[in-house]
Amino acid sequence: MADCGEANGPERKNEIVRAKNEEKELTKEEKQRLRKEKKQQKKQKEKKDDKGSSEKSGREKTLDPLSASQVLSTQSPTQKVPASAPIPVPPSGAPSHSSGAPSHSSSGAPSPADKPAKSKAELKAERRARQEADRASKQQGSSSSSKTKAPASDLNPVVKRLPEHVQVDDPAVVKRLAKKLERQQIPLRSDYGYKVSLFSHLHQYSRKAPLTQLLSIPSSVIHPSIVRLGLQYSQGIVTGSNARSVALLHAFKQVIMDYSTPPNEELSRDLVNKLKPYISFLNQCRPLSASMGNAIKYIKKEISNIPSQYKEEEAKTKLLECIDKYIDEKVVLAAKAISKYAIEKISDGDVILVYGCSSLVNHILCEAFDKNRKFRVIVVDSRPRLEGREALRRLVQIGISCTYVLISALSYVLPEVSKVFLGAHALLANGYVMSRVGTSQIALVARAFNVPVLVCCETYKFCERVQTDSFVSNELDDPDELMVTRKGKTQLEDWHDLSTLGLLNLVYDVTPPDFVDLVITDLGMIPCTSVPVVLRVKNVDQ
Amino acid sequence: MYNGGVPRPSVLLESWTELVEYFRTQMRTDPDMASAVAAIRTLLEFLRRDKGETILGLRESLKWATDCLTRVDSSVAVSSGGELFLRFISLTSLEHQDLARCKKVMEERGELFLEKISLSRTKVAKLCHTFIKDGAKILTHSYSRVVLRVLEKAAAEKKRFTVYVTESQPDTAGRQMAEALRRLGVPVTVVLDAAVGYVLEKVDLVIVGAEGVVESGGIINKIGTYQMAVCSKAHNKPFYVVAESFKFVRLYPLNQQDVPDRFKYKADTLNNVSELSKEHPVIDYTPPSLITLLFTDLGVLTPSAVSDELIKLYL
Repeated sequence: MADCGEANGPERKNEIVRAKNEEKELTKEEKQRLRKEKKQQKKQKEKKDDKGSSEKSGREKTLDPLSASQVLSTQSPTQKVPASAPIPVPPSGAPSHSSGAPSHSSSGAPSPADKPAKSKAELKAERRARQEADRASKQQGSSSSSKTKAPASDLNPVVKRLPEHVQVDDPAVVKRLAKKLERQQIPLRSDYGYKVSLFSHLHQYSRKAPLTQLLSIPSSVIHPSIVRLGLQYSQGIVTGSNARSVALLHAFKQVIMDYSTPPNEELSRDLVNKLKPYISFLNQCRPLSASMGNAIKYIKKEISNIPSQYKEEEAKTKLLECIDKYIDEKVVLAAKAISKYAIEKISDGDVILVYGCSSLVNHILCEAFDKNRKFRVIVVDSRPRLEGREALRRLVQIGISCTYVLISALSYVLPEVSKVFLGAHALLANGYVMSRVGTSQIALVARAFNVPVLVCCETYKFCERVQTDSFVSNELDDPDELMVTRKGKTQLEDWHDLSTLGLLNLVYDVTPPDFVDLVITDLGMIPCTSVPVVLRVKNVDQ
Repeated sequence: MYNGGVPRPSVLLESWTELVEYFRTQMRTDPDMASAVAAIRTLLEFLRRDKGETILGLRESLKWATDCLTRVDSSVAVSSGGELFLRFISLTSLEHQDLARCKKVMEERGELFLEKISLSRTKVAKLCHTFIKDGAKILTHSYSRVVLRVLEKAAAEKKRFTVYVTESQPDTAGRQMAEALRRLGVPVTVVLDAAVGYVLEKVDLVIVGAEGVVESGGIINKIGTYQMAVCSKAHNKPFYVVAESFKFVRLYPLNQQDVPDRFKYKADTLNNVSELSKEHPVIDYTPPSLITLLFTDLGVLTPSAVSDELIKLYL
């Protein structure tokens, strides 16, 4: 059936082509017929190639371009006539295409390769490339759906899907997101205020309008502990990479404990689906961090690996155990291992500079102090978060002598500093360090003063992403936070009224590896450029 | 034999003197051998003569032996070589019930390790001599047997080059290097340590050896190397390092003072002198940003690739 369909099609097209030559006008029906036949041929080609050998497909492919050329070429009717001749008898090869005949069986090289028209040759070459790509992908066993997509998209290079949170200025993406949230019954959080043009592709939310105000009470879709967590994230009550991940894992533990499998459903599949709207909700409250992303990946993997013969109670206990183990290994024990390595680098008489409040760096300094190392600390802080105050409080409480400066005084204090300890939000695959905004400034000035910069980071914060600047993917915080009230007067109170004024409250920035001397991880001390090696080793382990 | 992992005093003294004697003999019989290779030979012999009852005890005693040797010769390579030796021999499965069989396996692996590293200098020379072009002017520092081997190979390939060697105080080892090169027929000039900046504009490339290669990709070498590296960076001349793979050590110094004291001074100084701050260190640390390439028996590496190789060797 397929074969005669093939034979019929081109012949039909022959007639149409000849008609075109005579009248140079295709009627609407004939155009539709052409289109239908093209689709049919594609489908038949698919079916054939799924079972048939490559030679068969080669032959069909040689048929197809010739027939396809008939359909596409409407420019030069005279040149079509010689092409139509060999179609009913492809293997014999018409005299005008003797060069093309022997190549029929070998590869998909179509005989009209020697067609004079440049545009047609170009089209042929493209089609040839497409078919080769199709054959290559089939040999690798890809699905047929990719084949149907391949002809269409081969002319455009395949672009990896960008995450939606960096495409806020693209209305199509926003619409897609809105539809997805509607399906999951989660309210969409709207952006607030004028966005600086360089960062208009990112979300900018207001602290005063948390997502939870738009939720109905009680929320039927979202678990209350997740609602609480979302509110804590968006109001800045829970901040810091480690704190957010651990809080997330604890909330998920609560969710798993309260979960009951609906009838006719499997826990391993249903629970993952239940978690999806929670993750979207949390993402709306505050964009997920790299460490949270890795934790979620781990949980999803664990849930889907639950064997189906486990009873619900068993499965739940196992999952709770896994989560506890993850927190223990990746956060608590990692902190211990990192402190062990870091303490080797702290010698007596050191002046250590720290920035902001990193739970890991504070832990290291407390441990070093307990081991009786003599050092003093300079805490550098910056507006509007002023997280350094929290670090200062913790360090002074255990008795470390500290100095507190704002980041504008950095080059003033650096000559007396012997080492800089920085925390990280994530370590990217090309060795760049993503951390609180201001970190790259500290690394830069420290490099200029020849002061060694040490970054402390657990391995669960390593992510496969690559970024070379702080613009492409970042987080914009509430711009109203930049307003400051002193002596009863608020500066920038009516910044909304000025159409040309934009307030930018960035949260993260990216430090290149040349400014970082050493990265201390739970696997040991590595140079910044060896992060991909660690990722490779980790993937092998898993 | 061991109580709580600490050998009894009489045994301690006996084995210690034996060990040191064997080590010194090895160094004397073959002056061309690297001190680390001599140390590994000694450790292998120690393994053969050891009468321990447990694998753990064996390991402890090997560690103790390495420690002793570092007290005799404090170069970085001895401690790194010893540690790598221990790791290499224990890398196999030691699941045999019979201790003698396990020991046999470890001895075989030890011999394999020794064989591999004795070929390493030849491998390095083979890789590096192609970077020396005809008519090149080379600057090198102090006396390094690996650099000597590289220059020998280049001379054997009928390449014409001239060498500038720094005198390298306080032991004027540079003169020894110049003597060896003159015997090869290579035109050589000895320059003062202070004249490195002066002579660099005439020079095409700088090749130095290393006593130890650290995790960051930097090197630990005779004092004066760091200066040479900084000057060659300022003049934009390539700075090449030649080192065997057993010199890779798990150290990560951030700056000069971060290098542990036990490597900075010679062993006799450490043992006899009380006020270390008055002594001059004999080695310095060159950070990886100043090094162009490292030639090792594992291949030609950039400084950032050293960490990859170390992870493979040690993990």
